[in-house]
Amino acid sequence: MRVNPRIINQAVRVGLSAQALFTVSILVVIVAIICVKGFPYIDFAFIFSFPEDMGRHGGIFPSIVGTIQLALLSILLATPLGVGTAIFLTEYTRESAFTKLIRFGVESLAGIPSILYGLFGFIFFVIKLKMGWSLLAGVLTLTIMILPTIIRTSEEAIRAVPRQLRIVSYSLSASKWETIKKVVLPAAMPGILTGIMLSIGRAVGETAAVIFTMGSSLRLPLSLMDSGRTMAVHFYILAREGISMEKAYGTALVLVLSILLINVVAYYLMNKAIARYS
Amino acid sequence: MENTVLKVENFCAFFGDNKILKEVNLSVSKNVVAALMGPSGCGKTTLIRCVNRMHELIPGTAISGKMTLVNEDIYTMQPIVLRRKVGMVFQKPNPFPTMSIYENVIAGYKLNGIRIPRGELDNIVEQSLKKAALWEEVKDTLHRKGTFLSGGQQQRLCIARALAMDPEILLLDEPTSALDPKSTSQIEELFVELKKNVTMLLVTHNIAQAARVSDFTAFIYLGELIEFGPTEKMFTVPKDKRTEEYLTGKFG
Repeated sequence: MRVNPRIINQAVRVGLSAQALFTVSILVVIVAIICVKGFPYIDFAFIFSFPEDMGRHGGIFPSIVGTIQLALLSILLATPLGVGTAIFLTEYTRESAFTKLIRFGVESLAGIPSILYGLFGFIFFVIKLKMGWSLLAGVLTLTIMILPTIIRTSEEAIRAVPRQLRIVSYSLSASKWETIKKVVLPAAMPGILTGIMLSIGRAVGETAAVIFTMGSSLRLPLSLMDSGRTMAVHFYILAREGISMEKAYGTALVLVLSILLINVVAYYLMNKAIARYS
Repeated sequence: MENTVLKVENFCAFFGDNKILKEVNLSVSKNVVAALMGPSGCGKTTLIRCVNRMHELIPGTAISGKMTLVNEDIYTMQPIVLRRKVGMVFQKPNPFPTMSIYENVIAGYKLNGIRIPRGELDNIVEQSLKKAALWEEVKDTLHRKGTFLSGGQQQRLCIARALAMDPEILLLDEPTSALDPKSTSQIEELFVELKKNVTMLLVTHNIAQAARVSDFTAFIYLGELIEFGPTEKMFTVPKDKRTEEYLTGKFG
């Protein structure tokens, strides 16, 4: 029996919109629960004061600062490294066994669970290089962790820049590096920024790799060698050790709001970049 | 000849084992439009890409013979120095999407890191856009993106961008083949006007276009320069039978 294609179309339409609705509703439910449970506990003091009694009382100021420090420094390290690698892979090499190997390495790194990065960071940076649990060890570990994302998104963005633009640039007597700097990178900027924003999100939300390397000190990290904790770690410890579910939800809400804020800023920056460059 | 801009002597170009250009001899004097016509794949685009050494960007290419630009050997010059003296306009209009109209015109300077006082830059932009007959249309929107312009305007912007470098010769690689008839005729009129300032080498597969705008025409077939001479003469009394057959539409 042949089914009327219009009916199939309708069925597919309904099916797909149900799936989309389902996905969005999960997100909404999660955010709603965190909001409802966390909202009563956040106020000015919660955000700007220090935790007391292991976090049972007081605020989460050090972990907010710790989160910003960790994410910012990792991005500052990973961006030049990652974009540089992407430029090398796209502009300075022809497809060969060597580039395939690098790309395979990058893809594999992207698939490794974060706790393994944490373990590596612990063994290598914390123990072997004697950094101890420190902001520095955390930053280096997260840099390695987010590098693959930055490399892959940048590489794709650079590859998507039409070859013709490079040729015009050469015909205007530009050198290779000037062409990359002034023609290719500006055109690839929206894509590169997307990668950076995704990586910030990952760094902000990361827990396992951070506990292993940055530790979980409640103090405010004042130097690279100080231990500290991020909001994600703080939340994990509060909840896992049953210290205070109230404070845990409060922390979770601040974390979610920060990620939301980062996304909004990211969209704003990206749209600005896209408007500038297209 | 004293006012020869481009001289090509026994020039051959190879791609791998293929000989794409065979013993081409050609000389183009100042302030003329010389058209290179011939069927697709005959080597005309390769020939102009050899003038600014853009063919070298493709691995596996080689040349023999000699090419000089105003008595200077093209193949002993630095490509970057050479390309400052040779402007190029491509088939598809291709303004830089990240740059404004203004920035596009001075892209050659910007890309080279040549610093020029603002007032002088303004002057270069205005003069180049005037030469490209685009000034009146864009003078109030200089800081908008070049990609907002129509196809024909974009191509004239690309011409202005090439002219801004004050080149000895302008290479035009089928510059109207992606444009509508109205934009095409605008640009053809522009070429006639531009002759006063610059020498042009125009690749076209459009016989009528060669007839309309060029002073000299070269007919290239299978990598060989079959005939080169004043356009009027070639179109009325071609010397070679193959030229005649091409002009009368027997092949191509």
